[in-house]
Amino acid sequence: MNFELWGVSIRGRNSSRVLAHEGFIFEMKLKQLEGLLGSIQQFPNPKLELEQYPTGPHIASRLVYTAENTFGDVNGKVVADFGCGCGTLGIAGALMGADYIMGFDVDSQSLETASQNVELIEVDMDLIQCNVKNLALRGQVINTVIMNPPFGTRQKGIDAEFLSVALKVASQAVYSLHKTSTREHIKRIALRDFNAKSAEVLCELRFDVPKMYKFHKKKEVDIAVDLWRFVP
Amino acid sequence: MRLLTHNMLACNIKGVTNGYPLRLEAEKWVEKEVDFNADFLRGVFPKIDWPALVGAARALGFHDLLPVDAPDPSVLASDDELLRRFHRALLQLHVEEGGLVCPETSRRFPINKGIPNMLLHEDEV
Ligand SMILES: C[S@@+](CC[C@H](N)C(=O)[O-])C[C@H]1O[C@@H](n2cnc3c(N)ncnc32)[C@H](O)[C@@H]1O
Repeated sequence: MNFELWGVSIRGRNSSRVLAHEGFIFEMKLKQLEGLLGSIQQFPNPKLELEQYPTGPHIASRLVYTAENTFGDVNGKVVADFGCGCGTLGIAGALMGADYIMGFDVDSQSLETASQNVELIEVDMDLIQCNVKNLALRGQVINTVIMNPPFGTRQKGIDAEFLSVALKVASQAVYSLHKTSTREHIKRIALRDFNAKSAEVLCELRFDVPKMYKFHKKKEVDIAVDLWRFVP
Repeated sequence: MRLLTHNMLACNIKGVTNGYPLRLEAEKWVEKEVDFNADFLRGVFPKIDWPALVGAARALGFHDLLPVDAPDPSVLASDDELLRRFHRALLQLHVEEGGLVCPETSRRFPINKGIPNMLLHEDEV
């Protein structure tokens, strides 16, 4: 199988806008990060019902780079990756200097791959198998949550549940990806229902996601996705 | 699973009110060195449940690594030796095989290949 098909591709100029104000060193380091993330093994048998498709190295590196360089939300922090899959975002966080990384996923196979990736990249990341919906964590130890949650195409409302739990456990910031078509809804529930102090779309991206319904003729669908930053 | 993670995890079975701390059973553990970052440790210290950390370290056979009573943050600022012990307990010890047992229900969450399985059964949600 060609795993590229499952990857995320980014088009248009939105991503470079995030980077525009940074200099040459930033570019170099970003390229290194992207390169390392490119060597990560992704879902060997993706389960569509869990919306298992990876965040590609291009988006993952920019997401975590922006979180650190623009907002200082990663270096020296405790970072959690919800629905970590094979560990891409968490590993990116570790490479960007997070002092403690935790990855949560419901699927044991993905976690096993994540564990191999963590060893391959030589970082530390604690992996926990759980359903994020009923995650119980004591204390406000986690500073930042970075996640690419299921969009809710298969389990209705799961995107909102991830966001709700993330905003509960994080003390500093939550980064998340949501369908652009849900922008107003996400903003409303974040601010009104989950008591976020702020909810900001950092940029709009384009994702190729594998088809989620049988009636989709094409093998993958291209959808518009927002990168959000929330302050709990 | 490291002990900072243990310090955060609680049993989330429906109706359980005293699901913390989970009793740690460590059949196999390893130690991996990590960079010492005093600022990080001092920052995280106030958020730690000290008795749970002491208990978890004991479960791994470290009976004297940490003082039973939580040190005062001011002590942590000056006592480098204590800070290093805290670092070791919190960040360097990885439980590979074992389990986490709910203090209220005795439900055991297994730890395999370093990954605790906190999934609930249908009748527990
Ligand atoms: C879109 S993928 C993202 C994977 C990975 N974070 C990445 O960026 O490459 C969503 C992930 O969420 C996991 N997942 C789905 N439902 C979940 C739930 N209820 N609790 C925990 N994880 C879940 C899936 O197994 C999958 O790994």
